[in-house]
Amino acid sequence: MSLFSLLGAIEIGLIFSLVALGVFISFRLLRFPDLTVDGSFPLGGAVCAVLISSGTNPWLATLAATAAGAAAGVLTGWLNVKLRIMDLLASILVMIALYSVNLRIMGGPNVPLINDATLFTLLQPEGMPDYVARPLILAAIVLLAKLAMDWFFSTERGLAIRATGSNARMARAQGVNTGAMVLLGMAVSNGLVGLGGALFVQTQGGADISMGIGTIVIGLAAVIVGESLLPSRRIVHATLAVVLGAVVYRFFIAAALNSEFIGLKAQDLNLVTAVLVAVALVLPQLKNKLARRKPR
Amino acid sequence: MKHLSIAPLGALVLALAAVSPALAQQKSVAVTAIVEHPALDAVRDGVQAALKDAGFEAGKNLKWQYQSAQGNTGTAAQIARKFIGDQPDAIVAIATPSAQAVVAATKAVPVVFSAVTDPVAAKLLASWEPGKGNVTGVSDLLALDKQMQLLRQVVPNAKRVGIVYNPGEANSMVVVKQLQKLLPTLGLTLVEAAAPRSVDVGSAARSLVGKVDVIYTNTDNNVVSAYEALVKVGQDAKIPMVAADTDSVKRGAVAAYGINYRDLGEQTGRMVARILNGEKPGNIKPEVSTKLELFVNPGAAQRQGVKLPDALLKAAAQIVE
Repeated sequence: MSLFSLLGAIEIGLIFSLVALGVFISFRLLRFPDLTVDGSFPLGGAVCAVLISSGTNPWLATLAATAAGAAAGVLTGWLNVKLRIMDLLASILVMIALYSVNLRIMGGPNVPLINDATLFTLLQPEGMPDYVARPLILAAIVLLAKLAMDWFFSTERGLAIRATGSNARMARAQGVNTGAMVLLGMAVSNGLVGLGGALFVQTQGGADISMGIGTIVIGLAAVIVGESLLPSRRIVHATLAVVLGAVVYRFFIAAALNSEFIGLKAQDLNLVTAVLVAVALVLPQLKNKLARRKPR
Repeated sequence: MKHLSIAPLGALVLALAAVSPALAQQKSVAVTAIVEHPALDAVRDGVQAALKDAGFEAGKNLKWQYQSAQGNTGTAAQIARKFIGDQPDAIVAIATPSAQAVVAATKAVPVVFSAVTDPVAAKLLASWEPGKGNVTGVSDLLALDKQMQLLRQVVPNAKRVGIVYNPGEANSMVVVKQLQKLLPTLGLTLVEAAAPRSVDVGSAARSLVGKVDVIYTNTDNNVVSAYEALVKVGQDAKIPMVAADTDSVKRGAVAAYGINYRDLGEQTGRMVARILNGEKPGNIKPEVSTKLELFVNPGAAQRQGVKLPDALLKAAAQIVE
């Protein structure tokens, strides 16, 4: 594997770690099975790409994309909390609606951003090649997002969100407005996903309507791989695990892309990735079993 | 923190350590496509065949690698980075999202795109003229005026032309926009029916019944993959089908004046060979498909209520029985 491909895996892993942090909030903290991300990821990308290509400052465009993602999350939460539509169904409704909305926003299926100024071209230090600068910039952004999340989920409001997820009835008994907490949690979750979409289009040469397909699978895989690498109940460790999981998941893909020497072909990519992730999930269990067999 | 499990990481490092051997003095070409389907696979095989004709044989004096992103743009991005890291003599990128991912990631490695309908709108190229950059390629832009002539030969009294397409496909939107401009100049009107998924193709076609005299289809992936659903409507409602790819004629379209994607791939492959022989991509003018073929299907014509003129039958490269 070349340095370029290694740094590429880190770069894309860091982008998807924002998605994974969002998925972690909805699935793990709120216990809300949320498929909105397949729509809010390309929504963030679409908003960002359209704004940048029409001359908006990339910072502003990225911020707007984050807000758009958050709005999508609020909509899903609202359908669930106020209209009493089942959580999974509510998220599917918003996901499919966003496909049409994204086409409208982009005015077509593809918005290229190849020669426009992006966050990355603005922040790239002089003399540093872009393939080194991009992962560094992303690492800083992801670190900030992780620290902000750690802080937020230890404030009173953040704890109320976590209480809502672990035991809604108990939380209500303690005076927590659980409906509002679901909305807030979904906003933060999909806001992170929208930010991920915005950063993705700025490194990828543009937004494409197909970019949302399978986002939820990648996000979940990252969360699960992360949790098996670094099992912990503390939020500070959990968010680190999720980021790590997203990057390691991308290493799996890179390994799968480099697996031709054992006779694998392009069509086997998804299978190889699934097997590698499954192995990552099983290994810690095996290790535990072995550890237990040792005499005490 | 309890412990950091190193076992999966160890397995990973092992997998990464097995770097494929690099052979000196050997040319290398890396091909990527956003998804595997018959037309795009035909492009890939055409590239390989043309390179062989030019003296670059995969496995002998050419290192050939192919990766499909399996429809996932995140994977497409990572494939782009892997290929650039491998530093091949040329990267062939098939279809718009794959081409954008590669072009955004390198200004140095030569890139040859293929099966991209509008490379200028996709910002792969600044213009259709040879530029200074590292990018050139072959577009599958359809010769729409010639296809509309064919459509009028098949249905001389046609006034309203229906089109079924996926609004999520960049290549199809290019065609719809061009038809919106072109048809009024020919005294025709365009009636659109959107099919966002391939299962929607049949119902989209049914929505055109009574509103159109003929249905035209471009090389939309959804439509082509569900062409039979369209043909069924054409037969039931006696609306002739005119297609943009020759394979669809075999599946029941009346006629097509279309691109053969294998030929498109060979055209791309000849361009790649020029780069392997030392030409700069920036000096090579981007091309459109040069070889169009006429396929007709008289049986389908009868079932869809039209009779093909003899002139058309004589001009056809292939008559499907």
